[in-house]
Amino acid sequence: MNLELSHFSAAVLFAVFASVVFGITQRNTSREMIRYGLYCFAMFVGGVIVAGWVMWILRR
Amino acid sequence: MANSPTKTVEQQKAAAAPITTMSVVVPALAWFIPGAGHLIQKRWIRGVLLMVSVVAMFVLGLAMQGHVYKPNGGDILDMLGFVGDVGAGGLYILARANDWGQAAIAHATADYGTKYLIVAGLLNFIAVADAYHIAIGKKP
Repeated sequence: MNLELSHFSAAVLFAVFASVVFGITQRNTSREMIRYGLYCFAMFVGGVIVAGWVMWILRR
Repeated sequence: MANSPTKTVEQQKAAAAPITTMSVVVPALAWFIPGAGHLIQKRWIRGVLLMVSVVAMFVLGLAMQGHVYKPNGGDILDMLGFVGDVGAGGLYILARANDWGQAAIAHATADYGTKYLIVAGLLNFIAVADAYHIAIGKKP
């Protein structure tokens, strides 16, 4: 088996799994877990997009 | 003073975190089988989500030709890589037993695979700590 993901899809998958674990382990109630998981996911993906644009600017 | 309720430091620590069967079994099981620490305590949804997340990350890491670190005393990053990998418990043992993750890296994104494997182990360490906190009653 040889899986070749793009940089973005690899980062998004990473964000999904890490956010699920962070949400479950770092909060006490179901509602808080979901909210924190979504927050982590948004921060991960937002960070990827911001970092991508920063690299694009630096390259120019 | 004979009836003084003061306790020694050791007694206070023992009262704060009593050693029960669950407080020993749960972390060991949670490490060996990701998510099982929650499942054994009837946290079904949390257990399944943790299991799926950690196992999926580990399997995707292997599928991306990621490197599985062996115990080593060389470069600090290699040692830390081993510490991360070993957090995946039974998955790591299975990978080592079958000699998975030892092939030469053939493409650029294989490095993502290595990171997936390490982070799967690190996330499982967090899940182990969470399962332990549930076992000692610190978390609902």
